[in-house]
Amino acid sequence: MTHPPYLHPDYKSTVLRAPSREPVMPRLGPDSVELTSPVFGHQELGVLDEDLTAHHAGEPLGERIIVTGRVLDGAGRPVRGTLVEVWQANAAGRYAHLGDRHPAPLDPNFTGAGRCLTDDDGRYRFVTIKPGAYPWRNHPNAWRPAHIHFSVFGTAFTQRLVTQMYFPGDPLFAHDPIMQSIPDQRDRDRLVSRFDLDTTVPEWALGYQWDIVLGDTPMEA
Amino acid sequence: MTPTAPDLAPTPSQTVGPFFGHALPYAEGPDLVPGWHPDAITIRGRVLDGAGAPIPDALVEIWQADGAGRIPSGAGGLRRDPDGFSGFGRCGTDAAGEYRFRTLKPGAIRPNASDTDASGTDASGADASGAGASGADVAGAGASGTGTSGAGAPYIAVLVFARGLLKPVRTRLYFPQDAAAHGIDPVLAAVPAERRPTLVAVAESDRTYRFDIHLQGERETVFLGI
Ligand SMILES: [Fe+2]
Repeated sequence: MTHPPYLHPDYKSTVLRAPSREPVMPRLGPDSVELTSPVFGHQELGVLDEDLTAHHAGEPLGERIIVTGRVLDGAGRPVRGTLVEVWQANAAGRYAHLGDRHPAPLDPNFTGAGRCLTDDDGRYRFVTIKPGAYPWRNHPNAWRPAHIHFSVFGTAFTQRLVTQMYFPGDPLFAHDPIMQSIPDQRDRDRLVSRFDLDTTVPEWALGYQWDIVLGDTPMEA
Repeated sequence: MTPTAPDLAPTPSQTVGPFFGHALPYAEGPDLVPGWHPDAITIRGRVLDGAGAPIPDALVEIWQADGAGRIPSGAGGLRRDPDGFSGFGRCGTDAAGEYRFRTLKPGAIRPNASDTDASGTDASGADASGAGASGADVAGAGASGTGTSGAGAPYIAVLVFARGLLKPVRTRLYFPQDAAAHGIDPVLAAVPAERRPTLVAVAESDRTYRFDIHLQGERETVFLGI
């Protein structure tokens, strides 16, 4: 099982929010709306949406990075033109969100939200800064490893995926109940990006590669 | 640098977390049609936890056919064209756990119908009022495609993301005036009869429907493993 279960008591918020009944497993007819996906066009996005460092007058503080990879289906085919949305904390580990009370500085030059459409090779690419780790109140001395939130559509509503990308070698992995909710270590590793010198731009930004594989649609499975 | 075979196991899901509000919701997300649209309906409801408490940090997404049962195939879910219908909506819940969409009542899906073959005859089949829906109508609508294989009741696909949900819950919203068609709907047929009402919205008025989503507990909404 790739995905985490709904109920993972170490992550406290699952206790009252996890469905308690088994999901109903219908056989979807070939005309089901869930076997199709909304599509989005370039004209709906801003030209700077994929550069999270370019949304304000000045440059954000922190370590500039490039995050790129391909969105693939279960057969390894590129998923073209699909919408990828990202959001993240700033370099100090603070979100530009009113609900974030972490006493770390906001960065007036960083909002931390971006989006793009994958190209013909299924590739997405964002320029951003490396987010900081941040504390949360799940348990005493709880810290989230640095991560970027990802949202991907795919070609069927059944493939809709929201997940988090992590950075290699983070010492917080073992202490993070959200990452540890994934039962299998091999599957947890799939959320960890890979530092890549070929993606790294000299004198400018470190490069990370991370591919996303969407689940099979029920019709293909 | 020999390319290796791709690792095809799916990427695992993680929670949307509490801090998506500055990134995912957008101004037009809840309004699939403009307020002046003659067929506009409102769908609203609350997302509730196992203790019955409203969830103020959930994100609800819907995806649906248009009034004639055609699944939209054009872009426009982020930046609306008032003359088009993208079929996609997104709304974060408010402090009371409430979400709201302004949209069209979908028609039953018409096999092989796409939104590019719109014509006068298609428009006449639009079921915006919903009042005339019956099993016979739905079967008849399928006649232009591959027989009745796609026959079923009109519905809206619903996804809910939230802090504390490590993966989204997936469900469907059906409409109370389509009760006759519910009997021939293949997905409803897979749901135990006593739990089917959790998938049927309640008419609050002529054009307003309530669809509360209970993530857990006595009144837990039926979620689909799709
Ligand atoms: Fe986060």
